Amino acid sequence: MPKDITKKQYSNMVKKASPDSPIITNCLKAFFVGGIICTIGQLITNCCRIFGLSIEQSGNFTSIILVIAASVLTGLGLYSKLGKFAGAGSIVPITGFSNSVTAPAIEFKKEGFILGLGAKIFIVAGPVILYGVLTSIAVGIVYYILS
Amino acid sequence: MAAHKGKQSMEFERSIAIVSASATVGTKEGEGPLREYFDAILTDNLCGQDSWEKAESKIASDNLKLCINKAGLKPEDISYVVTGDLLNQCCGSTFGVRSLKIPFFGVFGACSTMGEAMGLGSVLIESGGAKYVLCGASSHFASAEKQFRFPMDLGTQRTPTATWTVTGDGAVILTEKDEGPYIRRITTGKIMDMGITDANNMGAAMAPAAADAIYQHLSDFNFKPDHYDVIATGDLGYVGRELLIELLKNKGIDISKNHIDCGIEIFDRELQDTHSGGSGCACSAVTFAGMLYNKLRHKKIDRLLFVPTGALMSPTSVQQGESIAGIAHCVGIEN
Repeated sequence: MPKDITKKQYSNMVKKASPDSPIITNCLKAFFVGGIICTIGQLITNCCRIFGLSIEQSGNFTSIILVIAASVLTGLGLYSKLGKFAGAGSIVPITGFSNSVTAPAIEFKKEGFILGLGAKIFIVAGPVILYGVLTSIAVGIVYYILS
Repeated sequence: MAAHKGKQSMEFERSIAIVSASATVGTKEGEGPLREYFDAILTDNLCGQDSWEKAESKIASDNLKLCINKAGLKPEDISYVVTGDLLNQCCGSTFGVRSLKIPFFGVFGACSTMGEAMGLGSVLIESGGAKYVLCGASSHFASAEKQFRFPMDLGTQRTPTATWTVTGDGAVILTEKDEGPYIRRITTGKIMDMGITDANNMGAAMAPAAADAIYQHLSDFNFKPDHYDVIATGDLGYVGRELLIELLKNKGIDISKNHIDCGIEIFDRELQDTHSGGSGCACSAVTFAGMLYNKLRHKKIDRLLFVPTGALMSPTSVQQGESIAGIAHCVGIEN
């Protein structure tokens, strides 16, 4: 019997046999879809400005509209299709955050509103919120010291 | 009595016949290349239930009943039911079998469950302690995604090496009878771990187990690979198949001509966007109960080595950095 293959040799075989993700196409798709989402956001902001809202109010209003829109699209099963196409292009904007909260809410509702939806709604977004807050505290302290 | 052969194998003395087989699948599988072989194709993947888990149990329950009906039997004629699935604590099977009132052995072998169930079912028949044994396995794309990956509606991309969990249930009934196809021999696989940690590359995690089980089967019975018309692995997919062929070539065995993989057969990779292929307990179970059983019955295949493959892991073990171990069980079926 020939000698058995080592883990290292096998790992090289696996690397050779496994196709890579089409990184350039994925980047282009992400760039354009992400860009379109941000342009829509800008459009909403500009409309708010036309109606006489302040820059800050317009920004808040834009976030609210984008979050609600992505949440509705998630519920209709459309955002996952967009995500499959766009990858990071639809994950990085605020709409992706909305999707990452709505999707578990829908999925875990079956286990009840407390232990299902309530406990698991932030299963994807939780780490982003936690480490986002921690990072902003750290940056805040650095900013305070420097200024 | 069965004879222990070589290192890991068993040869049966009785004529353990597969007298009935039924396959129920979800909508996507029903649009795939094997659609003509399936007994039932769902129009609603929730199967009229209010959760994916309940849907899986309902599919299992309906398909097991269908398998019993096809054999012209009643649930009370069945001595034992041996089934398994992917859900925590094997709940897919438990609640699927609940209403049947048949003595139940729940088994877990991840996606290799059908091979484990058929192997143990054969042992039960060979022991003389069972008249009819119903063996099956189920999985559901959505319940598996929910348990092992992400919520269904999350907008993520799948890697090219990822596989698509098959929705469905495959079942067979074994008994001693003079009408084939017969289960002649089994080789129970060892757990093989080559250190793969990528849960999106199950084919790579399972290929060494499949290679080891096939190699062991052939050496235990002193067979050449062409003893079998077809060697059908469970759900290695395109990546796993390539690795399996290469691993066995290193051991001087060439199965490239008579090897098929259920995960490759069940979907059209291009049209159905399933990346490396199908997976899940139901992948090998429905491909066997659908296509392979049909071909055995119609003598298009006379000797089949059925090798369901499983990736042994849990979401917790993957998160803790544990590697993904593989297992594969060989079931030698002949007319």
